[in-house]
Amino acid sequence: MISAGSDTIQELTVEELRAKMGTGMTIEDPEEHMLLSMGPQHPSTHGVLRLFVELDGETVVNLAPDIGFLHTGIEKTMESKTYTKALVLTDRMDYLSPWSNNLAYILAVEKLLGVEATPRAQVIRVILAELSRISSHLVWLGTHALDLAAMSVFLYCFREREYLLDIYEMVGGQRMMVSYFRPGGLWRDLPEEFEPAVRHFLDFFPARIADYEALLKNNPIFLRRTKGIGLISAEDATAWGLTGGNLRGSGVNYDVRKAMPYSGYENYVFDVPLGTDGDVYSRYRVRIGELWQSLRIIEQALNNLPDGPVNIDDRKIVPPPRSELGQSMEAVIHHFKLWTEGFNAPKGFVYQSIESPRGEISCYLRGDGGPKPARVHFRGPSFVNLA
Amino acid sequence: MNRDRLVVDKINAALPEAIEETLDFRGEQTLFIKKDQIKAVCQLLRDDADLQYNFLSDINADDLLPDFPRFAINYQIYSISNQHRIRLRVYVEDPDNGPETMASVWPIATWLETEVWDLMGVRFKGNGSLRRLFMPEDWQGHPLRKDYPLGYEEVQFSFNWEAIGARKPNPQE
Repeated sequence: MISAGSDTIQELTVEELRAKMGTGMTIEDPEEHMLLSMGPQHPSTHGVLRLFVELDGETVVNLAPDIGFLHTGIEKTMESKTYTKALVLTDRMDYLSPWSNNLAYILAVEKLLGVEATPRAQVIRVILAELSRISSHLVWLGTHALDLAAMSVFLYCFREREYLLDIYEMVGGQRMMVSYFRPGGLWRDLPEEFEPAVRHFLDFFPARIADYEALLKNNPIFLRRTKGIGLISAEDATAWGLTGGNLRGSGVNYDVRKAMPYSGYENYVFDVPLGTDGDVYSRYRVRIGELWQSLRIIEQALNNLPDGPVNIDDRKIVPPPRSELGQSMEAVIHHFKLWTEGFNAPKGFVYQSIESPRGEISCYLRGDGGPKPARVHFRGPSFVNLA
Repeated sequence: MNRDRLVVDKINAALPEAIEETLDFRGEQTLFIKKDQIKAVCQLLRDDADLQYNFLSDINADDLLPDFPRFAINYQIYSISNQHRIRLRVYVEDPDNGPETMASVWPIATWLETEVWDLMGVRFKGNGSLRRLFMPEDWQGHPLRKDYPLGYEEVQFSFNWEAIGARKPNPQE
């Protein structure tokens, strides 16, 4: 660590520089191997991190991740906002799957409050969370293939993702930062056009997955760069806390939707795709399998979408509908209280995990009896996967 | 909640007095463990054939200011074979004298403990790679603590640390 207040520029030897880079990595063979600092990439590219890599020819023998370039103190900021207002920050944690981040936080708040969303709200949440899994996987597949020199897959993936973003805009008013799930239910009910749009997606998307597969499955460049590369054994994957496709690619059957069902996931019939080899190709197969399973879940959910209210009937948590504000004094008071002070949550702490497209995202929430969370902590799946 | 009982019984049989109390809140069980016993408890939970808590999901710290003891560390552990999660909670009075590292039980612990140290400043005994993960390398202080200001202060760089401190109403250190 540089001492506080030092203003002199020091000349460093290579060894000191390595120590200062602060990754704590031990270098196996400093004489023969090449040390390379990869990144940090620009924030608009995928994944802002720096990798400190030790190379033997083209083989990586040792690697240390250097993260924190996008640290914005979201957990600290949330402590200064009310439970409802802190929600908008969860979208920003990962703009590829804002629905999953919203869901983890909202389920934690509801658990702390001791309320449960209405059946209709739960099914809508499942549909949107699964659509978000598809749109997030499309970005993964597109950029993954792009990095392996398959340009057209990227364009096809983003075409379908655009369709999904249009659906998000239809539902939540925003393409990415939706904040549609609210404590006690949803912002509002689904628009009429939602169901036909999703049904249309269910119709055309299977053929599109087949298109992607046709471009990659027998592509010798793709196969040579994924099969047998990046092997992770099942033991290692478990010990190092991998989740999501990274863990299941190694054949470990752990999916939060099955292990600790939330939002009624126990009511749906779906499989958990598992890999066998633990290489990049296995993880690719797992995520493609997840696309198919998500379609299955969405179809079941749409067919069984119950009628009824989307918000619970508790005016201490859910603001009254606008139509009541002109007639009921009580509604005005509730509205005013909720948008100025917010609702109070009881003392205690809860922990809620959900399966996001990247793996297990969890929210630890401690309430101190007031309207603001005393402590919010997120287990970011990619933060752990990078270790 | 049969398995919750099993865990408590197993720990009590092998390590009496390790559990200070248990708490059941919203269907989640929390075991409050004595700080010097936490490693033995974790080892037992991982290695016992009936328990097999082989997956460490998360370590996170909580600043309970103004309560005492001030810090609490939560271990969220999961058994993939038994599909059961349990939470261990350890109170830490002195952040420089934290619990032992769990690196030998679950390797991922090194990484999670580093995050806790960076943002909350609880030092884990035996973890040799505590470094700045999120904050710049020369950062002073641990931002998630309750006595750390949320804004309204000049941005910290390595050259202006003393100047910021001097302008505070109650300059520290």
